[in-house]
Amino acid sequence: MSKIVLKIDHLRRSFGDKEVIKDFDLEVYEGEFLTLLGSSGCGKTTILRAIAGLDSVTEGHIYIDGKDVTSLDPKFREVNTIFQNYALFPLMTVEENIAFGLKMKKVDQQEIKKRVQEMLTLVHLEGYEKRKPRELSGGEQQRVSIARALINNPKVLLLDEPLSALDQKLRTKMQLELKGLQRKLGITFVYVTHSQDEALTMSDRIVLLKDGKIEQADTPIKIYEHPNSLYTAQFLGDSNLFQGVVTKVDVKYAWVKLEDAMFKVFSNQLQVDMPVDVIIRPENIKLSLKKKSDSVFEGKIVDSIYDGASTQLIIRTGQREIRAMLFGNDKEYVKGQEIFVTWDIEDVILFKRDTDEK
Amino acid sequence: MKNKKLWKYFFIIPVIIYVILLIALPLIYILIISFFQSDYYGGMISTFTLQNYIDIFDQVYINVFLKSIFVAGVTTLICILISYPFVLAISHKKPATQKILMTLVMVPFLTNSLIRMYGWLVLLRKSGVINQVLLGVGVIQEPLSLMYNMFGILIGMVYTLLPFMVLPLYSSVSTVDPQLLEAANDLGASKIKTFFKIILPQTLPGLFNGSLMVFTPALGYFFIVDILGGGKIMILGNLIKNQFLTARNWPFGAAISIVLVLITSLVIFAYRKLGGKMEDLGGA
Amino acid sequence: MKKAVENIYLVLIFLFLFLPIAVLILFSFNTSSLNIVFEGFTVHWYKDLLQNRTLLEALFNTLIVAGVSTIVSTIIGTISAYGLHKYSFPGKNVVNELLYIPVVIPEIVLGISLLSVYTLLKLELGMVTLILSHICFCIPFVIISVRSVLEGVDPHIEEVANDLGASKFQIFTKIVIPMLMPGILSGAQLALTLSLDDVVISYFTAGPGSNTLPLQVYSMIKTGITPDVNALITIMLGVVFVLLMVSTVVQLRRIKKEAIS
Repeated sequence: MSKIVLKIDHLRRSFGDKEVIKDFDLEVYEGEFLTLLGSSGCGKTTILRAIAGLDSVTEGHIYIDGKDVTSLDPKFREVNTIFQNYALFPLMTVEENIAFGLKMKKVDQQEIKKRVQEMLTLVHLEGYEKRKPRELSGGEQQRVSIARALINNPKVLLLDEPLSALDQKLRTKMQLELKGLQRKLGITFVYVTHSQDEALTMSDRIVLLKDGKIEQADTPIKIYEHPNSLYTAQFLGDSNLFQGVVTKVDVKYAWVKLEDAMFKVFSNQLQVDMPVDVIIRPENIKLSLKKKSDSVFEGKIVDSIYDGASTQLIIRTGQREIRAMLFGNDKEYVKGQEIFVTWDIEDVILFKRDTDEK
Repeated sequence: MKNKKLWKYFFIIPVIIYVILLIALPLIYILIISFFQSDYYGGMISTFTLQNYIDIFDQVYINVFLKSIFVAGVTTLICILISYPFVLAISHKKPATQKILMTLVMVPFLTNSLIRMYGWLVLLRKSGVINQVLLGVGVIQEPLSLMYNMFGILIGMVYTLLPFMVLPLYSSVSTVDPQLLEAANDLGASKIKTFFKIILPQTLPGLFNGSLMVFTPALGYFFIVDILGGGKIMILGNLIKNQFLTARNWPFGAAISIVLVLITSLVIFAYRKLGGKMEDLGGA
Repeated sequence: MKKAVENIYLVLIFLFLFLPIAVLILFSFNTSSLNIVFEGFTVHWYKDLLQNRTLLEALFNTLIVAGVSTIVSTIIGTISAYGLHKYSFPGKNVVNELLYIPVVIPEIVLGISLLSVYTLLKLELGMVTLILSHICFCIPFVIISVRSVLEGVDPHIEEVANDLGASKFQIFTKIVIPMLMPGILSGAQLALTLSLDDVVISYFTAGPGSNTLPLQVYSMIKTGITPDVNALITIMLGVVFVLLMVSTVVQLRRIKKEAIS
């Protein structure tokens, strides 16, 4: 296992009497792409700002490269931050923007010139030296802000929703570019986002936050396929939720009863009368035109959304709407078609419902 | 950490000292002495009395109040009537021309207002330029009384305060969507209808702003009344000035000032109630 | 037709605006010493002006007061606008409200209250009290002007500068001040204009040794004004006009440049 470059130890942060971060621990490894994911108000930006030193902490410690930096001014921390709106210095040229950090460190003029050129090449902005920020597109501005941060060789690069001001197409392109840059340079990224897509495509590890606490921290695959809470399962990816009660248990299987249907799950540690939440991902929904022995629902396709690579189907059965996803475009499943729904028992994600909570 | 505090103090201490020493203290002091007694030798006796406020209700002073409000009100009205066609005409020009014309509006106001009043004196007096010209052409046989009366005062007030109406109205008018005006034209709305249905409602903020910035100063410009009114007419400004510098009855002068502050507050209260923002004031 | 009516109206209003100034300029070249009828052209009043010590002293005082109060109120106003924008402290709302008082209150009230306080504090009326009073009514205008620019500035910019190794002092001088420059300059211009234009507050807070030009003219109106005053006004107006035209041309150029890019 590689070296720990950033360590957060029992971090707490309160604004007034509201505790935004509650006892937060995290270790980030060298070269890792770590994403802090969560809805707005979950505390992800607060953590990022605490690492950068832009906000103080109420309690706890932050270590960068083993050194306690908790009360160190941002300018002495070997981390740099990239903001959503780029925050370029409006009166300076691209060149002056990028050179700013080195100038502050009083690096020699020749050296600065050389490094700025390297950075411009790195972010594909050769020839833009003399332009002003307002003459650049959003994507170009973000590249300048990345170059401006990277020129300082930070131990950790902090990114606060850096792509959310860009349009969808550019965002996808920049996702790949950022990931490529991170691989190439081997710099540790701590990336804050509310977008599960971004988190899943780019991260080595995702830390899902809820109300200032870690809900789950895992690799994208694990967190998607084996969520350890209903919240995680619903936050990452689309899902169909079925709330039911266990009615029968044997050695291997248990049966979950819904108002209008019944299906089989693996029985591990389930007991009769236990309320459960069952999640089925849309891509795991199986459809057939004829009723089969394991069919759970019978319904009708009420909507079909084709986006080139896949087709989303909305199936109505009674009061319920089930989302299914097919790869490609299957001619058999069209709007209005009567249909039977099922899934593989391996694809069931099941949580015991804590009746006290809801 | 200590440095951070010092840095913060550097930015907030000056404004706090300024506000306390040069704004709050003078006004509170005026409020206090308005309850003092004058010793009629220019001094003050620091005993509490309401007499100064009771004295204001003398018919003589009531008349001054009424005349002041009349002068300020008519000045505001005339400024509005002059400014609307003026800014609308300017807004029909090309952007560069607009910029030049608005700069030209400001040019006279770079000479001191008192000196400009002297200019009007030279123009308006009996032996003044206007009378000379009119007599010379033969339009009149006797010189007209253009000053030392209400007419002279209103000329001076309107002249001095006009830009305070023109500027906010102009910036208000330039936010009106020209397509809206064209649409109104296409639909056959008359000029007057377009003005009252579209232009007036959309420029109300500028109108309120301008009215406030014209009305309240007009209550106090004693030198205009002095120079062009000839001492026959008195507004609040003259009354206060006389109490402080001639009669040397500071407590009474202070009491009148407090009433003037109250009138101003009422106007500002109305301005805010009508949706006006304080930060739009004084941003000329 | 409509265009013609509009243009005539514009001409009339501009005539109204410039008439009193034009007449003063005209009479500065008049051979007669009375500002009544134009009798012939002369520049002799301009020579007289150089001999008139009272008038030159009044001019000097006016320029000193305007210069010092513009510089001081611009500095304090800029610092204060930044402080009020960035920091919170107890009583901040009260401070913000009080700042508008010099903007909206009739000048005469400010004049007599400052006079009263100077008397209370036993400050002798003179250049110091005059400058202090001008600073008093200029600061809020600078603050309003600078603050309007500050509100459009991305707060992250300062954090980025800090993040990249700039100290608080460097951030303020190298990043913040240049960004605020348009607001600072228009605030300073406003302060200068207000100071030069003021009559009422100066009237109450000037002392025997600190007569300014408008106060001098005020006292001369009663005794009769000589055309060398007109000459002085003409010169000042010429200077101001040139400065204003330069600033307008600069602004027009910038507008055009922005329109192109």
